[in-house]
Amino acid sequence: MMRRDDCLKALARHVTDADIVLPVYSTAFDWIDIRPHPLNYLSHGAMGLASSHGLGLALGRPDKRIIVLDGDGSLLMNLGTLVTISEVAPPNLYHFVFENGTYEANGGHPIPGRTNVDFAGFARSAGYPTVHEFSDLKIFEQQIGAVLAEPGPVFVDLKIVASGPQERDYGRLHGPQVRKAFREALTAG
Amino acid sequence: MQVSASVEGAALLGGSVIREIKASGIDYVVSVPDITTSEGLLRPLAQESKPRLIRVCKEDEGVGICAGLAYTGKRALLLIQQTGMLDSINAIRGVAVEYGLPICMMVGLLEKEPGVPPRQSKRYGVRIVEPILDAMGIPYHEIEADADLGKIRPAIDDAYAGSHPVVLLMGRRPA
Repeated sequence: MMRRDDCLKALARHVTDADIVLPVYSTAFDWIDIRPHPLNYLSHGAMGLASSHGLGLALGRPDKRIIVLDGDGSLLMNLGTLVTISEVAPPNLYHFVFENGTYEANGGHPIPGRTNVDFAGFARSAGYPTVHEFSDLKIFEQQIGAVLAEPGPVFVDLKIVASGPQERDYGRLHGPQVRKAFREALTAG
Repeated sequence: MQVSASVEGAALLGGSVIREIKASGIDYVVSVPDITTSEGLLRPLAQESKPRLIRVCKEDEGVGICAGLAYTGKRALLLIQQTGMLDSINAIRGVAVEYGLPICMMVGLLEKEPGVPPRQSKRYGVRIVEPILDAMGIPYHEIEADADLGKIRPAIDDAYAGSHPVVLLMGRRPA
């Protein structure tokens, strides 16, 4: 099992200034400290929708890599997205799920079926052409660059441990200044 | 229940609605099938290359997809049933209303009686739609007959110009 912040640091080394990254909840708060950037798309409006926003961005900006950093509880709220993304098959979409088995931002309660759910299996069954699972940080660090070079849609299940307490200022995700900065950065390039 | 004599027997041609959708610059139609618009709109739209049809599993997915597209400058229309709109209220609340994004929805009113204003329908699920949209502050327009076609393009243009959602309520099956 890995730590979320270690995975994010490894990922950040391979994310370019042109990439759009959509992190959710606890992952978002870690990510914006590790890699602050105006092309972080942080305002998703409702739990579970990050990958759907990502699909819209992938369709509208095929010149950019779209990297969704989903949560397991979030993905369970929108499992149909796996089917939709598989059918549309955007080659520039990379869908990560950080699997810690809990609703970490909502009290740390377990997700339903935490010992049984197979997120990579969901993605394969939905039709994702490329699916990876990582539970060892060293292997993830070695392979993440190659994963992000594969044609999408790519699904990556990261097995992580639950994190400790976290300061969560939701204005950093949902504030109007966040969306304004994103819009301006996207328009600029 | 009041039946409007002017629209009771009026026609609504699907081809004319599609013409207005195209004239509005819609690049993508994002849809969960709806029986009111199935034959007159969705089936012919599925034969077209533009706007491109994206089939989704659930309507709130469509809200997110349309939002992502909006940031990229692409126009989208979410073609759904009012049951799906009701199911997606939280997504519409957060994404469309609170973020002020141009989420344009064309919503079939399941089992609404032709010529009857939605608020006067015998169907509870139809009667509640406009009051809910009022409560959310979302503008809407009733599309019931060809005479209403002229509402479509200005409604969509206004949504994008002002960055706000809009709902086009389809009150009868387009022929």
